[in-house]
Amino acid sequence: MNRTLQLVAAEDHVDNGDPNVLQLANDADPLAIEVCLDGVERIDLDFPKFTDGRAYSQAFLLRRRLGFKGDLRATGDVLIDQLVQMQRMGFSSAVLKEGVDASAAQRQFDRFAAFYQGDAVQTAPMFTRA
Amino acid sequence: MYQYTDFDRQFVHLRAAQFRDQLERWQSGKLPEDEFRPLRLQNGWYVQRYAPMLRVAVPYGELSSRQLRVLAKIARDYDEPEAEVYKNALATQGKLGTHKLPTHYAHFTTRQNVQYNWIPLAKSADVMDLLASVDMHGIQTSGNCIRNITSDERAGVAADEIADPRPFAEIMRQWSTLHPEFAFLPRKFKIAITGAREDRAATGWHDVGLHLLKNEQGELGFRVQVGGGMGRTPIIGTVLREFLPWNQIMNYLEAVIRVYNRYGRRDNIYKARIKILVKAEGQRYIDDVEAEYKQVIEHDGAPHTITQAELDRVSASFVPPQLATRVIRSAEDTDADLRTEAADDPMFARWLQRNVAAHKNPALRAVTLSFKRRLQAPGDASADQLDTAARLADRFSAGEVRVTHDQNLLLPWVHAEDLHALWLAAREAGFASANVHLLTDMIACPGGDFCALANARSIPIAEAITERYQDLDELDDLGEIDLHISGCINSCGHHHSGHIGILGVDKDGKEWYQVTLGGSDGSALSGSPQAGKAVGPSFSAAEVPDVIEAVLTAYRDHRTAGETFIDALRRVGHEPFKAAANGARFKVEVAA
Repeated sequence: MNRTLQLVAAEDHVDNGDPNVLQLANDADPLAIEVCLDGVERIDLDFPKFTDGRAYSQAFLLRRRLGFKGDLRATGDVLIDQLVQMQRMGFSSAVLKEGVDASAAQRQFDRFAAFYQGDAVQTAPMFTRA
Repeated sequence: MYQYTDFDRQFVHLRAAQFRDQLERWQSGKLPEDEFRPLRLQNGWYVQRYAPMLRVAVPYGELSSRQLRVLAKIARDYDEPEAEVYKNALATQGKLGTHKLPTHYAHFTTRQNVQYNWIPLAKSADVMDLLASVDMHGIQTSGNCIRNITSDERAGVAADEIADPRPFAEIMRQWSTLHPEFAFLPRKFKIAITGAREDRAATGWHDVGLHLLKNEQGELGFRVQVGGGMGRTPIIGTVLREFLPWNQIMNYLEAVIRVYNRYGRRDNIYKARIKILVKAEGQRYIDDVEAEYKQVIEHDGAPHTITQAELDRVSASFVPPQLATRVIRSAEDTDADLRTEAADDPMFARWLQRNVAAHKNPALRAVTLSFKRRLQAPGDASADQLDTAARLADRFSAGEVRVTHDQNLLLPWVHAEDLHALWLAAREAGFASANVHLLTDMIACPGGDFCALANARSIPIAEAITERYQDLDELDDLGEIDLHISGCINSCGHHHSGHIGILGVDKDGKEWYQVTLGGSDGSALSGSPQAGKAVGPSFSAAEVPDVIEAVLTAYRDHRTAGETFIDALRRVGHEPFKAAANGARFKVEVAA
């Protein structure tokens, strides 16, 4: 599949207190965010461990339920073998964990052209697309 | 059987290629072990006590003879440990008393999958390619994701079927395959689906149990149960919906699993299954699921509503197979012949009664090939035996078999008039033990001979009980009894649901066994699903066969005419059975 997910080098991912950037802990409820998302340019979602999948559901809710159009960024224990599913769940950028070799990343996107189920981006499952 | 499309076929090949890429990165040190482990697990590769274990997915238990032959080839060519690994395994297990660790074998599991115990990881990618060549894989057979979906072994052939669950199981298989949101859940997630009146899939014991039924208007839907499971905390699923229209099942499951993904516990592996969330939150969990489902429907537009076209497309794969043309004889003539053959040979009569089940089509039968016999562990099959089973499937069952929840194989399309010939062939192959649902048709996990999690060995216990109960008259007299053996509390041998359950426990580094009574898988014989209760402190391995015998003697003493073990236990109560079990402990002489 076409890679739209932007890979951000760790040193380029800065938290300078920009009020238009939100950080959401992975046990937070995106639907309970009190602030208006209109001016928000970026929301960082955290993977404390890559095996903790809560941020995938958060991403889904932000994109599909709240219609968030800004940058949705994966941070934390971000490895190349999960990048495709991050993109599918609506992430638009990802900061690879320090020390991860990015050279094998692109071929993960090149491998599968399509998937069975709908996701946050391609909302319809394959059987209704045809 | 489901016929793979080009897309399906390419998908499993790509998955095999992806696994090879991951394996090679791990081998070259580019992918650390901690990062590789969850990836290999989601392809079915564990590392066990001595060697890797591969679990191959058999969606809803259905296999073609072509697939069986490849499973045989894998057993023959790949299920072989490196010499040093095997030597170490034999030496270590030898100290416990195990002197035989079969290689070149496959093993049928209670979740209808197939496992291998000895394939070196270095050959794993080659095995995945081989599996992909016959539309097979190990996708999501382990890991904290949606696992292989199990079903009724008689799906599509059962005489008591309301609707065939296989098309739904297949549609859900596709939906759950590489689901991007649900690949890293708090814990594993198991779905079982049945479409018959009798529950042959232990649905109440699953994270999600689905039962196809019709409402008063004659419409098809699912009874949805959520939050069942075994392990340390045995719980029966809660009914979330008495009737959910069939086409909504994936939209609903999306809500069930999304709420679980967000709120299931991740701080304690033993409290991470959905059953704990459902139990802890109760109505609040149900309300959350219903609210989320409403959003999936109203806000998201119910994207995974199954269309009639998709159900029709998938169902077309499950039409009954074309059976070999033959002289059509009347059912009466066939029955008369069977009666004559049975009268001539009591062994055949016994097998007909035990291993042969009624079929939707009155001209056909569903026949169980028993993999419960002396000298082999329950559910174990050698490479040659797998090939033989494939031959029997081709000759007698339109090239199709089912792996059963009870760790046997079932031939779903057997002509009644072929039964005698099949029995002769099955007997020659060693698959004709007439013990289906009897005491020796026991469930057992691989236990401490193979599994890294086990506290005690299961296979020697199974072997000892099998040896003691070889008299078929005695077995018949004892009638239908579910004996389930697990080597640890993870409960792969389903001890909780056995009428008699045996659980391996560790005490001071020694193997001990807890015996439970009165469990049920939810079948008509066993009553509504429930966990058995322990009879007392655990027993030594040597005591276990005596304990079982004492319990069965108590049953014979208390039963009324025709009363089954489980019915007698429920009527009389546990006390006399407990007393009998505890009375069978070895007496320790105390010095005066």
